[in-house]
Amino acid sequence: MAILIDESTKVLVQGITGAFGARHAKLSLEYGTQIVAGVTPQKGGQLFENAVPIFDTVGDAVKETGATASAIFVPPAFAADAILEAVDAGVDLVVCITEGIPVMDMMRVKSMMTGSKTRLVGPNCPGLVTPGTGKDSHGGCRIGIAPGYIHKRGNVGVVSRSGTLTYEAVWQLTRLGYGQSTCVGIGGDPINGTSHLDVLRMFNEDPETEAIIMIGEIGGTAEVEAARWAREHCKKPIAGFIAGATAPPGRRMGHAGAIVGGEEDTAQAKKAILAECGIAVAETPGIMAKTLLERWGK
Amino acid sequence: MNIHEYQAKELFDRFSVPSPKGKVAATTKEAFDAAKWLDVKNLVVKAQVHAGGRGKGTFKNGFKGGVHLVDSPESVRDIAGKMLGETLVTKQTGETGRLVRKVMIAESVTIKKELYLAILMDRATGCPVIIASTEGGMDIEEVAERTPEKILREVIHPLAGLQAYQVRKLCHQLGLTTTARQYGRMLHALYKLFIECDCSMVEINPVVITTDDHVYALDAKFNFDDNALYRHPEIAAMRDLEEEDPREVAAAQHELNYIGLDGNIACLVNGAGLAMATMDIIKHHGGEPANFLDVGGGASKDQVSAAFKIILGDPNVRGIFINIFGGIMDCNIVAEGVVAAARETGLSLPLVVRLEGNNVAAGKATLAASGLNIESADGMDDGAARIVAAVS
Repeated sequence: MAILIDESTKVLVQGITGAFGARHAKLSLEYGTQIVAGVTPQKGGQLFENAVPIFDTVGDAVKETGATASAIFVPPAFAADAILEAVDAGVDLVVCITEGIPVMDMMRVKSMMTGSKTRLVGPNCPGLVTPGTGKDSHGGCRIGIAPGYIHKRGNVGVVSRSGTLTYEAVWQLTRLGYGQSTCVGIGGDPINGTSHLDVLRMFNEDPETEAIIMIGEIGGTAEVEAARWAREHCKKPIAGFIAGATAPPGRRMGHAGAIVGGEEDTAQAKKAILAECGIAVAETPGIMAKTLLERWGK
Repeated sequence: MNIHEYQAKELFDRFSVPSPKGKVAATTKEAFDAAKWLDVKNLVVKAQVHAGGRGKGTFKNGFKGGVHLVDSPESVRDIAGKMLGETLVTKQTGETGRLVRKVMIAESVTIKKELYLAILMDRATGCPVIIASTEGGMDIEEVAERTPEKILREVIHPLAGLQAYQVRKLCHQLGLTTTARQYGRMLHALYKLFIECDCSMVEINPVVITTDDHVYALDAKFNFDDNALYRHPEIAAMRDLEEEDPREVAAAQHELNYIGLDGNIACLVNGAGLAMATMDIIKHHGGEPANFLDVGGGASKDQVSAAFKIILGDPNVRGIFINIFGGIMDCNIVAEGVVAAARETGLSLPLVVRLEGNNVAAGKATLAASGLNIESADGMDDGAARIVAAVS
């Protein structure tokens, strides 16, 4: 089962001929993911790695290959347009990896996507992984830039804004012998397509997911909204971590979205609300998996 | 990115947001000429630095106040002479203060009423939102706390833009009558500026209504979306590197993300989330982080070396903690970069390295074989505990 993607998901890559897109498309192919098409305007008709057909438009790629998910690796100035092209082509899932998209562009994209059937994950995110059952989780679906081998197929859902913190949590779980259903990096930008809450809802409905790790950071109220929803509706054990307890107010900490606003908007305040909502809060990022296992009774 | 008050005025003029007539000056002669050109009785001289609290600040030469009201070009020249080339200390600058390179000379208006106006990008709705209040000229967060009913919020549809009824509604709620039309024009102009310049926030505190019923933007604070500066070269050119932390400027040149803090344990990490979490874990184990430093997902040997030099440029640093989760990045390449940088800089401070991920065994072997005094940590908590112990 898993959420959003599984081993049968057909994926196209927008920006497959750029260095960044090419590198990660190749890693996904090696992981066993069904990368069925690439899209680069004016390079239609070529083959990527002598195997994957490249199309001029997302519409053509979808029509010819039946791809239902798109990974976007195009440069920031063109990324908003690339998202809208994928939405127009009717894919179910768009995962935008690109970092540095102007906020105004994302504001317009989000507004234009209202009522659309397409789900956007990102931008500025590491993407998604539903691990496979082979060695080092080979055979799974990897969309984005996460290292595949750290995963293991299993029953923990992971959702996070940060790439490297997701990898930390996943690696801790895998080393303790616990696999993951799906890992979702929702990205560090202030305006993004999918929220912590959206992902928690999906994990809650997914029979394969038995427990959840939710990783957040300073800035905004997304983690708080997810926690308040979880208190009422989530049947599964959750562990959480919030990064940025030592961040000075008003400074942007790398992620465009990671900035302490008002007094309510601190890591300490978020942690307190998570705990009130029944989420086991990890004291340090080094013990995220351990904190979950304790809550889960493992 | 922040800009100076005189630059904000340039933007206001370009977008027809009314503000009092004024000019910037870098010398006492320019200040005198500007005052002559203004040709008014009531003048104000304002020191141009990126920090609030100028009016109540003190110069290191003993001169009090970064904002002065005067009544003649001669006094403008006199006051400008006491500010230019001097260092102004305000509650926001810290003890070191800021060197004043320019002053703004403007017409001083007689104020009847002060209002508050801001437009910012609201992440919860993903829309621009206008914040307006009758309580101008004071700390808006305090107003929000004491009298939340006095804070008006109007969410703007991103695709439709600011509507006429929204302007009428705000004017009505603010109790504006004779000045409603002027205020409305200002709001439309400011919204256009906000959108077209890719601002993340524009705050005018105060908007003033003068005794002769004119509406002016008096003091403004701008934040621009750094991601969008590539399409606004004229705004990017307003950046004043002299006002920024030189270490942050140097880091940006190497595509590193650095923010200086007050502690004594420097950290070097890949990924923004992990970099924040590393600062937190140092604090959790009783230490104080000296910086935030994200070397990005694919840090090169050169970047690691540049990062090393930047963190060693902070005289408070007593130890370094490197925390790398090399998912796809090869840990051995990171290790080689660390060893090279440590040798090159003749590092004598305690250095703890926590490596995890791709090719980690080779990376740890490289560190061990270097002959340098590098402690290899087993996990993040272990690493943080070790570096805290080493510096205390």
